[in-house]
Amino acid sequence: MAAAGGQTPPKSLDEKSLDERPSQEKASAEKAWQDIVLQTLKRNDIRLVPYVPDRVLTKLIQNLHADPFFTTFPTAREEEAVGIVSGAWMGGVRGAVLMQTSGFATLANVLASLAIPYQIPLIMFVSERGTLGEFNYGQSLVCRTMRPVLDSLAMEHHTVTRFDEFEFIADRSIKQAITTQAPVALILSPLLTGGKVFDK
Amino acid sequence: MSKQVNTPARNTKVMNRFDLTSRLLAKLKNEEAIVGGIGNTNFDLWAAGHRPQNFYMLGSMGLAFPIALGVALAQPNRRVFALEGDGSLLMQMGCLSTIAALAPKNLTMIVMDNGIYQITGAQPTPAATVSDIVAIAAGCGLANSAWAADEEDFERLVDQCISASAPTLIGVRIDDKPGVGTTRRDPVQIRERFMLGLGVRQPL
Repeated sequence: MAAAGGQTPPKSLDEKSLDERPSQEKASAEKAWQDIVLQTLKRNDIRLVPYVPDRVLTKLIQNLHADPFFTTFPTAREEEAVGIVSGAWMGGVRGAVLMQTSGFATLANVLASLAIPYQIPLIMFVSERGTLGEFNYGQSLVCRTMRPVLDSLAMEHHTVTRFDEFEFIADRSIKQAITTQAPVALILSPLLTGGKVFDK
Repeated sequence: MSKQVNTPARNTKVMNRFDLTSRLLAKLKNEEAIVGGIGNTNFDLWAAGHRPQNFYMLGSMGLAFPIALGVALAQPNRRVFALEGDGSLLMQMGCLSTIAALAPKNLTMIVMDNGIYQITGAQPTPAATVSDIVAIAAGCGLANSAWAADEEDFERLVDQCISASAPTLIGVRIDDKPGVGTTRRDPVQIRERFMLGLGVRQPL
């Protein structure tokens, strides 16, 4: 892909991870969306990945733990993870935070008082709950606060719905965050991930 | 102050934040990083003497330890100190478990405990009369947690942590005095100077 000519040469993904694709992945897809996340993080030398887990992120979190390239661990709150990757970036190590929609809703203060004013390239992957088949009313309500908060802070954000666009959006967004020293939120739609549904 | 919990472990001398911060800075010879929590904690860090390895928080209450953890993970060969108020730590207590689990040996946490939100009008914290922060830290898995009995003990604990093989937490009871100085509120310069101080950036 065009954006691949970055600073760090891509390290080839471990082939065995391709065999571990969830069965619901389309047979036509050469990689699962989780593989795209791993590959794109590696290509951009993002090694530190704290998270607050989400059902949709389970496989991705497993893959991150299985890969010694990454330092990945759970935090008690999303805010805490933002603090950790901010400190790490200032210390010369790049990071990204994984969370769910409701976790993003706890971040307005840290975005407005740390990431944005200190110009820290905070990279967030947000698994989107609350839409396209949500079964919990609270989740659907809190989801509606996410984009207004992002827009009110004039933050870069993209909602990823298509697998074929994911690598381009993720790679370009990460590079933009780092070069412009501004945070970015990548919202992973159920159209990409399958989401979480009542009968799961 | 008399309303504070006075368990045997916490029955320690009431000291002063600026004095303790100055004592800490006087001991640092190896470009150690210091993350100063919101409010008086970083005001006194500023007043004790600006250095390029100081990071001053202007918001995000409670994140001094998580930010310092990030620095410590990124630069395992540099000692990192985090200065945090008791009220701030109450905002983000879960980070003690995260730090205990990751166990970075180059991280030292100092809790400035006056039992009050001094900067907002000295209202007592919910923990003031009932909780022991060092006991909480130990319960979270930070075995190297101790109250400093007095200034000499504080200096001894700082000396000890430099050769520690696990993260360290030092609790200090402090008085109700406000910070001595006021940090210049320029977040981009603060961050850029800090990165220069850590050797991550070169000047333009």
